[in-house]
Amino acid sequence: MGDLDRASIGGEPLLRFRDDEPHDEPAVTLDSFLAEQTNATAVRLEAGEDARALLPHLDRLALIEVSFPTFRDGRGYSAGRILREAGYAGELRAAGDVLVDQLPLMRRCGFDSFAPETEIDAATLRASLDRYGDHYQAAADPVVPVWRKRHG
Amino acid sequence: MKLLTGNDLASGDVTWWTGSGWSRHIEEAVDVGAEGEAIARAEEGARRVNVPYVIDATATADGPRPAHIKDRIRALGPTVRPDLTLKPADPQAGHWVI
Amino acid sequence: MYRYDQYDQAIVDARVDEFRDQVRRRLAGQLTEDQFKPLRLMNGLYLQLHAYMLRVAIPYGTLDSRQLRTLAGIAREFDRGYGHFTTRQNLQFNWIKLEDTPTILERLAKVEMHAIQTSGNCIRNISSDQFAGAAADEVTDPRPWAELLRQWSTFHPEFSYLPRKFKIAVIAANEDRAAMRLHDIGIQLVEQDGAVGARIYAGGGMGRTPMIAPLIRDFVPVDDLMSYLEAALRVYNRYGRRDNIYKARIKILVHEIGADEYRRQVEEEFVAVKQLGIDPPRAELERIQAMFAAPAFSADAPEAIDRSDPDFAVWLDQNVAAHKQPGHAIVTISLKSIGGIPGDASADQMDLVADLAERYSFDELRVTHAQNLVLPHVRKADLPAIWTRLREAGLAEANLDLVTDIIACPGLDYCSLANARSIPLAQKLAVRLAPRQHDLGELKVKISGCINACGHHHAGHIGILGVDKKGVENYQLSFGGSGAEDVSLGKITGPGFDEDGVVDAVDRATCTYVELRQAGERFLDTYRRVGMQPFKEAIYG
Repeated sequence: MGDLDRASIGGEPLLRFRDDEPHDEPAVTLDSFLAEQTNATAVRLEAGEDARALLPHLDRLALIEVSFPTFRDGRGYSAGRILREAGYAGELRAAGDVLVDQLPLMRRCGFDSFAPETEIDAATLRASLDRYGDHYQAAADPVVPVWRKRHG
Repeated sequence: MKLLTGNDLASGDVTWWTGSGWSRHIEEAVDVGAEGEAIARAEEGARRVNVPYVIDATATADGPRPAHIKDRIRALGPTVRPDLTLKPADPQAGHWVI
Repeated sequence: MYRYDQYDQAIVDARVDEFRDQVRRRLAGQLTEDQFKPLRLMNGLYLQLHAYMLRVAIPYGTLDSRQLRTLAGIAREFDRGYGHFTTRQNLQFNWIKLEDTPTILERLAKVEMHAIQTSGNCIRNISSDQFAGAAADEVTDPRPWAELLRQWSTFHPEFSYLPRKFKIAVIAANEDRAAMRLHDIGIQLVEQDGAVGARIYAGGGMGRTPMIAPLIRDFVPVDDLMSYLEAALRVYNRYGRRDNIYKARIKILVHEIGADEYRRQVEEEFVAVKQLGIDPPRAELERIQAMFAAPAFSADAPEAIDRSDPDFAVWLDQNVAAHKQPGHAIVTISLKSIGGIPGDASADQMDLVADLAERYSFDELRVTHAQNLVLPHVRKADLPAIWTRLREAGLAEANLDLVTDIIACPGLDYCSLANARSIPLAQKLAVRLAPRQHDLGELKVKISGCINACGHHHAGHIGILGVDKKGVENYQLSFGGSGAEDVSLGKITGPGFDEDGVVDAVDRATCTYVELRQAGERFLDTYRRVGMQPFKEAIYG
């Protein structure tokens, strides 16, 4: 699943599964990104906002931060996959109520960076990421789904 | 009167606040007055109870009786299986529940 | 039957390990109840009135004897000697300790079972036709398709935190034995130009706002099915309402934007999703289908049945259905003894049914959404022996689809969501109406103890909804619902009743039906012909 790197931005903990340096430009809102002639390379997507609005601009974005206002709000999982399916290769960060038990699902939806509101225990996270060796579905990660393992 | 009730975290058993701890028997429950929420927070934080809440009840000679049918059923057990209630040997035990 | 390979087993085993760790963290205080609740629910563990309740998945309602014996063993060792079969073809244990659940899941995993996604805002256990593989009227066995969906939906990374729960049913016959169009997505497998594909309905459901699912797509070929469902779910996950729990089901989305607009969005999403290569190859369906191949029926099984015992003959006519294979039959075992608790089975009864399945039904069993059990592949010559064993165990009630074959949720005797008790009402109704049940014919009574409608009251020919009226149980009566291929939603008769009052009202309604019925009419048919008025007059006088 890629090696975990612990970093921080502005003193807040950041979990990253990327080799590049954390992007340090503050993310702008979707509205200001789309409305203004901005050179911003980082944008923040709120839970109800349409990830597809960013598709024409993906090649100039280095960071897309997707908000999870509560862990129950699963819209960000679709946003993550839509961005990855469209070929976005920059940093995709899940921010907000990101808990250890949701994090493996977020990884599968293409998130490679996490800014959780509350700290995540390292051992629990490691166990959680390593637990499932097989997955039934293809998603936005390099996992080979079980049906492909069965049939080549 | 006000009672504080919840379920035991590990076993799930229905429990009642006795003033010093938790009992499965409503007869041992005490009036918590206005202190219910505070006790609930402290006890839940210490994981001695799960999902505690305060209910209205009436004091009777046989012990406190919850105002709402749901908590009366919780206090004794399912009305359709007397053998699975807290007092399986007593056929009259549930006379006050419904 | 489906058998796990190394991948299936590894995934279920990992789930046991994961849940063991989650329970450990909860007991150690590393997870709050607020954080733990969705995690335990996603593994079917509720906190009910008296204890934790564990809901075990019975995928598409199919079991073998080893699995049922394991359930009986869990009932004895970790519960109080019984289990409750549900309207989702699952099994619930009512007296579970949180600390025991990892061990119980481990036992289940050893017999290829689990409690994955039997609750929570995710794709739930896939339900299907209990006569699958045995019915003469199916275009194909729907269970391999349901198994494909089980695998696709298990731990789906995008759809584990949906706005609300999501229920899918798959059938493959015109006769609908699974209430297919009352599901979030209902799939009917149909044949078109020699190929089998899926007809997709979406946005049905019961609960507070019952809806019959509209047709979304007439035919989805097997090679596109996962992509299409992925698109259907993605539109729901993105645009289903999250501001109000009572408006969060897909039926509200489909209703608010309209079936045409929902379809347009799904089709648009489907074009994008189809490019991703996420559909398993045809060989995967064929691999699963091979495990559901018909058992080795004997070609010369005799047709003749000795009907000399009149009690046996009544049971035969009521509870035994035609099988596609000559000389064979489908037996429904009623879990609705008169005055008993609908859907409950003791551990001893489970063991007995497991024995019968092993000996007489190619080791196969089914659970029905009407909370009964089925021996799907029985030789007609064995029927008397089966009936004798069932009768000894109190399981030979000859009441399939009759007025005493009542669906009832656990209600306020067990459930923390309930507003009124369902079981005592079902018991009183059954006792009152049993003497006339064969004369009354098919009459489906369904009772829910709250608006969530687990007892399918909207789909009852006679439906009863328990409500809380200032702290007192009160029951609303409705007529005219159906969960079958003639699907319809019941209409409320008028003011509610107390428990005895609703029993009287149902009794009077059945008398009105007997007075008004024409030859061959069921209660539902008469109601549809004459309307509510004569029934209303009889009830409220």
